[in-house]
Amino acid sequence: MPDQLVWGMEVFLNGLMTGVLYSLVALGFVLIFKASGIFNYAQGVLALFAALTLVGFMDGQVPFSNLINAIFGTELHHFGWSVPALLAVALTMAVMVLLAWAVNKLIFHHLVGQPPIILFMATIGLAYFLEGFGDIMWGADIKKLDIGLPQGVNGFIDDFTYNIFGYGFFIDNLDLWATAVAALLVVALILFAQYTKQGRAMRAVADDHQAALSVGISLDFIWVMVWSLAGFVALVAGIMWGTKSGVQFSLSLIALKALPVLMLGGFTSIPGAIVGGLIIGVGEKLFEFAIGPMIGGATENWFAYVLALIVLVFRPQGLFGEKIIERV
Amino acid sequence: MFDASEGYTTEDGRQIGGVVMEMKHITLRFGGVVAIEDISFDIREGEIRAIIGPNGAGKSSMLNVISGFYNPQEGEVFYKGEKRPPMKPYQVARQGIARTFQNIALFDGMSVLDNIMTGRIRHMKAGLFAQSLWKGGAEREEVENREAVEKIIDFLEIQRIRKTPVGRLPYGLKKRVELARALAAEPSILLLDEPMAGMNVEEKEDMSRFVLDVNDEFGTTTVLIEHDMGVVMDVSDRVVVMDYGRKIGDGTPDEVRGNQDVIDAYLGVAHD
Repeated sequence: MPDQLVWGMEVFLNGLMTGVLYSLVALGFVLIFKASGIFNYAQGVLALFAALTLVGFMDGQVPFSNLINAIFGTELHHFGWSVPALLAVALTMAVMVLLAWAVNKLIFHHLVGQPPIILFMATIGLAYFLEGFGDIMWGADIKKLDIGLPQGVNGFIDDFTYNIFGYGFFIDNLDLWATAVAALLVVALILFAQYTKQGRAMRAVADDHQAALSVGISLDFIWVMVWSLAGFVALVAGIMWGTKSGVQFSLSLIALKALPVLMLGGFTSIPGAIVGGLIIGVGEKLFEFAIGPMIGGATENWFAYVLALIVLVFRPQGLFGEKIIERV
Repeated sequence: MFDASEGYTTEDGRQIGGVVMEMKHITLRFGGVVAIEDISFDIREGEIRAIIGPNGAGKSSMLNVISGFYNPQEGEVFYKGEKRPPMKPYQVARQGIARTFQNIALFDGMSVLDNIMTGRIRHMKAGLFAQSLWKGGAEREEVENREAVEKIIDFLEIQRIRKTPVGRLPYGLKKRVELARALAAEPSILLLDEPMAGMNVEEKEDMSRFVLDVNDEFGTTTVLIEHDMGVVMDVSDRVVVMDYGRKIGDGTPDEVRGNQDVIDAYLGVAHD
């Protein structure tokens, strides 16, 4: 088999793995958009905030220590203990639920019935607030996140491919884990939405607020639940990205990468978010591998957006979105 | 509890019980506009109670007060003998007051079956975690609720479309699905906001038959809004007539028909 083809296959696989991470972020967007019609610009910052909080808990950081030190002249930094990873994840999830409650109570509860652009602006405000809040709470330095997920080249795949092609594929264990977790998450979310009372209520709220109220569904409860779910997805995405490249501000920018994923997959489709993420992940890696060298590289920065643009021209609702039919 | 002793039997042999809901001096304003002005009436258990009036009389506003979508500035609502504090619509729904909407409010993306299942929400007790893990009675509960829903589907003759997404159904069937969803709640009071609006003659006949059958079979207390006098007079036990936000008549269809104010309102005598 020619070398180019074998390398291409490796690039393809790595693209799939990257795509899964894009999908994870996009999933958070879709959840909130479906249930409340809000395009949540803050989803990326939510992932950053979750990762920061997780690291903070694990390292036993004192929250707001810089602020406290500045006001009281103290020298606080760490409590001096470290929390086991699993417990820290649970604590972080509790913080995300609390955040979901606060976001609904303080912002979106008051904006019911406002046009989408107002809701969108509110999420931009939320994004900047959370970014600063995370900084004040946990500090702005780049942090290392390690909750014990295996990292480094997967020996089995390396050996296996070496025996077949005479060339060992480099697949990161962390990416394999991310893929498994993402797959599990999607299946769980779909089952939840289809077969539980709360899931049914969630879909009901997405369809019609008045009707949902009339059968006894509390909109506030559903919105807090959906923001919590989005917080959970953000936490998972934050863990994966944070472990891969450190917890830092640029984590929140992956939200921008989720945009073309959403345009591709459609804003309302959970499977769409997954497939969209995979297409973008594979597409940008293969494009960089095959075409990149001819045009000077760095195509990964723009490829996703151009692809999304092309899809928009032919299918404005995305590949999987609900087709909009206007009756005249 | 409310007093169910003072009931009576109708000509066709149905049992009408005591007062289940009483509206006392309800006034509802939107800014300077008075939608409802000092209206009082009661609803008895098992009866079909109609609210009629010309367009803009405040009928829908009244229904929205009963279902908690609007909170009146003045007046009191008594439900099962107790004064009801101001409530959110979903809390009222959980107390057993189900409704339909004039312009149909269904979950278009969901199947007919799922739509009707949402009506059962007030009968679902299993919590978030039990539901997620599909444990602790959640499964048994789902099966029981499914059975109740299937009964209603049979009753309203919509078996054929049970898996169809509601968005694809024609208007008349949508109205029927909405009725089914409200019935699934096994409501103490069923509120129907113009159930026959926009229907052709055949659909209207079907719908009035269903309203009567539901009342007959389950003894469902029904409050019905219509501006089509003919339909109302045929199906209802007692009628409230509204005009310009005020009550101008209240009684059996025959009594109301003979009321001079009502005749004026419908024939359009100038208001002074």
